[in-house]
Formats: sequence, structure tokens, C-alpha cells
Amino acid sequence: MANNSVIQLKAVNKWYGQFHVLTDINLDVREGEKIVICGPSGSGKSTLIRCINRLEEHQQGDIVVHGVTLSNDVKNIEAIRREVGMVFQSFNLFPHLTILDNLTLAPIWVKKMPKQEAEEIAMGLLKRVRIPEQAQKYPGQLSGGQQQRVAIARALCMRPKIMLFDEPTSALDPEMVKEVLDVMIELAKEGMTMLCVTHEMGFARAVADRVIFMDRGEIVEQNQPDEFFAHPKNERTKTFLGQILHHG
Amino acid sequence: MADVIPVGERRQLAPPTDDTGAIGWMRKNLFSSWGNGITTVVLVVVVARLLWWFVDWALLAANFTAESGQACHGSGACWSLIREKYRLIFFGTYPYEEQWRPLLAVLAMIAMLITSSDRRMWNSRLIWIWALGSFVTFLLMFGQINLSSSLIYVLAVVAGGAGALTRRVLGSKAEVYAWRALAAVGLLAVVLRMLGTLPAWTLAIAPFTFVETARWGGLPVTIILATYGLVFAFPYGVLLALGRRSRLPLIKGLCVGFIELIRGVPLISLLIMASVMLPLFLPSGTTIDKFLRALVAVILFAGAYIAEIIRGGLQSLPKGQFEAADAMGLNYVQKTALVILPQALRVVIPPLINTFIGFFKDTSLVLIIGIFDFLNSANQALVDPNWAGYPAEIYLFAAFVYFIFCFSMSRYAKYLEVELNKGTRR
Repeated sequence: MANNSVIQLKAVNKWYGQFHVLTDINLDVREGEKIVICGPSGSGKSTLIRCINRLEEHQQGDIVVHGVTLSNDVKNIEAIRREVGMVFQSFNLFPHLTILDNLTLAPIWVKKMPKQEAEEIAMGLLKRVRIPEQAQKYPGQLSGGQQQRVAIARALCMRPKIMLFDEPTSALDPEMVKEVLDVMIELAKEGMTMLCVTHEMGFARAVADRVIFMDRGEIVEQNQPDEFFAHPKNERTKTFLGQILHHG
Repeated sequence: MADVIPVGERRQLAPPTDDTGAIGWMRKNLFSSWGNGITTVVLVVVVARLLWWFVDWALLAANFTAESGQACHGSGACWSLIREKYRLIFFGTYPYEEQWRPLLAVLAMIAMLITSSDRRMWNSRLIWIWALGSFVTFLLMFGQINLSSSLIYVLAVVAGGAGALTRRVLGSKAEVYAWRALAAVGLLAVVLRMLGTLPAWTLAIAPFTFVETARWGGLPVTIILATYGLVFAFPYGVLLALGRRSRLPLIKGLCVGFIELIRGVPLISLLIMASVMLPLFLPSGTTIDKFLRALVAVILFAGAYIAEIIRGGLQSLPKGQFEAADAMGLNYVQKTALVILPQALRVVIPPLINTFIGFFKDTSLVLIIGIFDFLNSANQALVDPNWAGYPAEIYLFAAFVYFIFCFSMSRYAKYLEVELNKGTRR
């Protein structure tokens, strides 16, 4: 695997009003690397990955994605968003469009791809997430797990180089978590660069190259999954793991 | 233990019979208790009496043939008045011999509206339908249309530019080049015309005698004011609503200021301002048609109300919809046009149609500046001393016509809600 870094965060700081939500975040993501970010609620993990595609604006430090430094330049932001796909906790499919139209919207309008080509790619991706038969339905007619798989396919339709997952399984019924994780594991095995905020520790063990633990806006600890789970070093990490592993 | 049915294989039972069928329904909904039963009976009797009284007055005892108001005997309605005056009511002071023209214009407008209400027509065809429908309507109403060369050139630039922009992604290469060529030729012509190289000429389409807007009246005035008022107010209201949610303080401030200012004054005062005060600010000698001024006032006023309704729709969308569109790399215009507005407008169809219905009726306020819409033409029919004393018939008739239009709009809104939400409901 190549060793060049695709995302670099250097001393990133962010505040919500007076609240210091991200404190001196330094992070290097190599091409093809899979990173799982966990931590208690309100620790800033979602904010962190949302800064990478500028859904949130950081106030200090530098974020470099594929050699492009994030700034207020709209063209700059749109260029990065074309390279970075995102999957949300609440799916955020467009309810007024069919599944197929949800997938082809961005390729057609952002990449100016001919409609037919976009639809071929979309159908291929729907096959990959195992729901090609739902192409003509609307999001409201699908189950949560199916919707999230469509959301993943929609992000992949732009052929992104990096995928961000913001708690992709947290809003799902337990029996649907697996179908989404299976798709994500498959994607990881194909070599996609992935940053994933999740509490699915099984997923972290299976695919992560690195697990990052965040608390109160800081990166407290990071390590390879085996080490991370077997020998957590920081007290806060131990407490957190104790809580989620016993109850999960 | 012999009768145990395994879980998942239970028999589906029919619902209890006393809940179904006509008798069951009546028992449940009309006569569920003594109190309900008595209420039902009393209401049925009262409604039947009222209905009988009305039918007797309006039909059985009514007079359809009298030659004058004095000849209208009996206790019933005097519909002869309507038979005598219907052309005045429908077409106002439009020249009598030419009244087939406003009749055809009304039919053209209604045909245009009905055609464009079909969802399958919602594409570029709509532009052609409206261009043709509007042209026919105004040609019939005016009788003559003079297009100056400059206007034609400008139209070519606008049409070419709009075509090139909207078809840039979806159209074929040849089509986009054709639009660009149209815009370029138009622009060249405009420049040459301004330099004086091209002579001025006028395309006169004049099949009929000219009838100025001051003589228009009746139903066509109401329909034209309402239709074009709302058609122009709608995109304008959308822009105001988007502007009000803008992050740029100047744009936001302007939109908020405009909306609050317009909403804070009555439509009548706006109409009076448009007709009395506006000419004072214009250089003497220039006049803007009174009808056009009324139309502009209606557009400004309706735009502010529509903007607030659409803002409600925009605010009802979850933040995730905006974020998902952003994360895909859609720009502001794409996000708004493809993701946000289609959803926001669906949500606000009922209040939007409510406003449309309100404005359809509010157009009668143009009487204040001397324009005779349908209601005011109907009023004129009361002036004739030969037919004095039958206001109820006139107003009932006018109300009936208004009702047909407003009720159609209301039913259409219902259809649209169902149609647009097809599939999105589980």
C-alpha cells in the first residue's frame, strides 16, 4: 500500500461560540487507510470528519485534502467535495427522487456525465449494495438498512477517493446493522480510504488500520485495533471501552 | 390441546358485521346514541327545508323570460335579468360587436391553464404553451400587437441565453449551439440597432380593430390580472424567500424590508399608489398603462405573501437535506433547484393555493383605480333603472362564477398533493 498521505490535519481548532469543540487536532491519513473514530457523545468526532468536507468550518489550523488546502473559496470546497463522499447517520436521501435519481443526480449535474452513463454506473453500484430491484422506488418505501445502503451507493456514484461515515449504523434497527456493515467491509477490502465514526467495535477489529479515541475535543489515544482493545493506555479510554464493550 | 394453532398460521377472521355496510355505518356514525340520533334528525329536517326553499326560489318560482324588471312577477328569482345583462357582466364595457374576442380570449386562457395543470406538461413544452396562449389572448384582447424591432432583438437574446443555460447539461451539443447562436445574433442586432446601423422597424400584427385596456372589463380582466399577477409573483416570491434566508446581510435585509413593507400596507393603498403617485415620479409625457400598473401592484403584493409561505416550506426541511446536497458537491443553484425547492414547494401547496384563491378574488379591488373586473362589471348591471331591485340575483350569479374558479383551484390543489406525493408515502 502506498504511503502518501491524502488527508492532513495540522493543529486544527474549532469553537461553537465559547465552546472549544476541537482542540489541536493533528491527523495524517494515508491513501487506502481505514480509520475508526470513537468516543463519548459530544467528544467532537462528528465535527472532526464534517470539517474535512467543510460541512463545518474550522477556525485555526490547516486541513489539506489531496493536496488542496481548505479555504473559503467556493470552487476549492466544491473540488474537495467531488473527491470526498459522505454517509450520514440519518441517510439524508432525497425523498422526492427515486433511488436511481438519487444516485445519478450528482454525476449528471456536478460531473456533467451523460444520463445513460450515470445510470449504468448507478445500477452497477446498486447491484454491489444488493438492492438493484429497488431502483425505481422512492426512499420512503425502503427499510432503514436499505436506505443506508442506497446512501453509500449514492456517495460512491461520484467515484470518490475518500469516504466519510458519520455514525452510519446508529439510526438502524439492530437486525439491519449487519447488512450495512457488510457493504462497508466489502468497500474497505477494495482499498477505499475510509474515516468512520462508529461504535461498532466488531467493524473496527475487522477492517480498521487505526482506531482513534476522542474525548472533549482531543485525540486521546490512537493505535492498531488489537493493541487498542487489548491494552488501552489512557484511563479515559479504559473507562469508555469498559462501558461500550460491556453493554454492547 | 387439540385446537392449538401454531404462531404465524392463525386464521384471518372477517371483521364484525355490525361495523360494515350502510346500516352499520349509519348506526355507528349517525345514531350511536339518543343525542346523536336526535341531532341527526333535526339537522336533516333543517337542511331539507332550506334546500327546498332555495330550489323553489331559484328554479320553480323563478322567472326566466321577463322583458323588464317590472315584468318579473312572482315570488321567485328574476333570472331574466342575467339573460338580459350577461354580456355586460362577462365583458363589461368592451365594444359590444367585438365581444366574441374576449370570449375567445377567456377560452384560450382557460385552455392554457388546464393544459399546463397536467403534470406531464411540466417541461419545456410549458414555455411554448404559455407563449402561444399569451400571444393569442392579448392579440384577441388588444386586436393589434406592435412589436418594435428592438424588442424582438432583446427577446432573441433572452430566449437564446435562457435556452443555452437551461439546456447546457441536458440538451444535445447541436441544440446548445443553436441557442447560443440565437443569443449571439440577437446581441449583435441590439448593438447594431443602438449604433444606428440597423434601421428601426415595427412588426405590426393587426387583424382586428384596436381596443385599449381602459375599455376592457369583466371576466377576462379578472382572469388576466389573477393569472399573470400570480405567474410573475411566484418566481419573484421564490427569490424573495431564498433572499430572506441568505447569509449575505445586505440581500437578507433588503428582502426582509421589502416583505415587511408590502405586507404592512393594504392592497388598496398599493393600487392607489400605483395609479396616483407613480405618475408623479415619472417625467411628464410618459404614461404607463393603468392596467399594467395594477398588474405590477398585484405582483408586488402577491410576491411578498408567496415569499413568506415558501419560507415556511424551506424551514420545514431537515438540515440533513442541505448537508447531503452540499456533501455531493452541488453548487447553490443546483442544490436549490434540484433538492430544496422541489421539496419545499410540495409542503406548501395547500397554503399556496389558499393564497392564489385569495388573490383571484382580491383582484376586484382594482375597481378603486377604475378598472372593471368581473365583480364590478356585474355591479354595473344593477344601474339600469329598468331592472332595479334585483341585486341578489346578480351577486348570486357572480358568486357562482367565482365559486367555479376557486373550487376548481381547490380541487386541483388536492389532486396535486396526491400526485406529487405518489410513491413518497409508504
